Amino acid sequence: MNDDLSALWAAIPQVLEGMGITVTLTVLGSALAFVVAVVFGLMARSRTLVVRGFARVVIEFFRGTSLVVQLYLFFFVLPQLGWEMSPITAGVLAFGLNYGAYGAEVVRGSIAAVPAGQWEASTALSLSPVHRMRRIIIPQAWALMIPSLNNLLIQLLKGTAIVGFITLFDLTVALDKLRIATDLFFAYGFGLVLYFVLAYILTLGMNALEVRAKHRLGQGESLREALSFRTPDARGSVA
Amino acid sequence: MSWNWDHVWDSLPFLLEGFVQVTLLVTVVSSAIAAVLGLLIAIARRTAPAPIAALLTFVVNFIRMTPIVVQLVFAYFAFLALDALTVGILVFGVHYATYMAEVYRAGIDSVPKGQWEATTALSMSRSRTWRAVIMPQAIRATLPALGNYVISMFKDTPFLIAITVADMVSNALEYGGDHFRYVEVIVLAGVLFLIASYPTSLAIRKLEERIAFTT
Repeated sequence: MNDDLSALWAAIPQVLEGMGITVTLTVLGSALAFVVAVVFGLMARSRTLVVRGFARVVIEFFRGTSLVVQLYLFFFVLPQLGWEMSPITAGVLAFGLNYGAYGAEVVRGSIAAVPAGQWEASTALSLSPVHRMRRIIIPQAWALMIPSLNNLLIQLLKGTAIVGFITLFDLTVALDKLRIATDLFFAYGFGLVLYFVLAYILTLGMNALEVRAKHRLGQGESLREALSFRTPDARGSVA
Repeated sequence: MSWNWDHVWDSLPFLLEGFVQVTLLVTVVSSAIAAVLGLLIAIARRTAPAPIAALLTFVVNFIRMTPIVVQLVFAYFAFLALDALTVGILVFGVHYATYMAEVYRAGIDSVPKGQWEATTALSMSRSRTWRAVIMPQAIRATLPALGNYVISMFKDTPFLIAITVADMVSNALEYGGDHFRYVEVIVLAGVLFLIASYPTSLAIRKLEERIAFTT
């Protein structure tokens, strides 16, 4: 065990480097995925058949083919067609488009789930379509979509563990190096806990976003109230 | 560089071999394991004493929130006595069982409280309550979600490359490497995934509509 700890100490720079790649891919990938999700989610609701059809084809393509296939598509196939890109770029594109396509369905479904009365009321108040979306529909849909987007975010984080396939030195590759220096259970136990902690941090952040989004709709306490320490009965007291 | 159909026809049998022998096999066997194990987990979390249920919840969350690739490699080295394909099937089964357990849990929670009270009023035994009243209602609502996880597992099977199992995608890479030509094989692998998964997901959507209609 002592040997393991000193080997771990020696491997810290490697683990941090690998974690840096994992976090970079997660952050850039999910940023791209979010943009893709919103754009294609809205396009999939378009009344114009061409726009809607285009969105559906892209969404079904990236949902229906495997993530690994898409990773290799960007890493092996596009360079052969003349588009050179770094492995990081290939990874960000694959994660962004794959999870973005799943996210587009979440965005589309959440907007559709906003009660019809809200749409009718904003028509009755003669709000413009942009105004209606921005002030009435999106704030409510946003609160609905956060839990599903959180699931996708965690999946994206876990999905980055395959970038070793395209020569990137991520946390999983670093763990395999650590395994050789120490032993299997120590290295992978340590690594799984790291991934778990990363996923947990993301979940906490998304939960905070959800509390805020709901509070802005007039449901539940504000984020500041939710985070503050107080006597236990303050929360549980229901008159 | 133009598209060359010769590479498509040349590599197709090789890709289909990987598809049938690994991709389909793992999907079918692991789904069966996940469906049964997931149900056992969901029932255990509801019926076991509190400390055991809490421990189980932690283990399930831990498996759910860590990458399956890391779990595959870990299990591969931990069970060197088993061959890689068996390890892959078991890891996929256990990993997806944790997802399916959540689906079953939601299904069980959706059974109205009155049903439980009615079984008590009829003094049914616990096992009969589960078998004859709760499960038939709970499982019906869960079928589409379970089906979606099967599709998602199907698309995750190329992760098996990490433990040297030669599935369709790794066959595609091998062919690409041998011929210095990745365009057709990778696209072909993607198309084969799409051909299998898209009709299945359409069928699940139909099933969803039917269940929503009849309940």
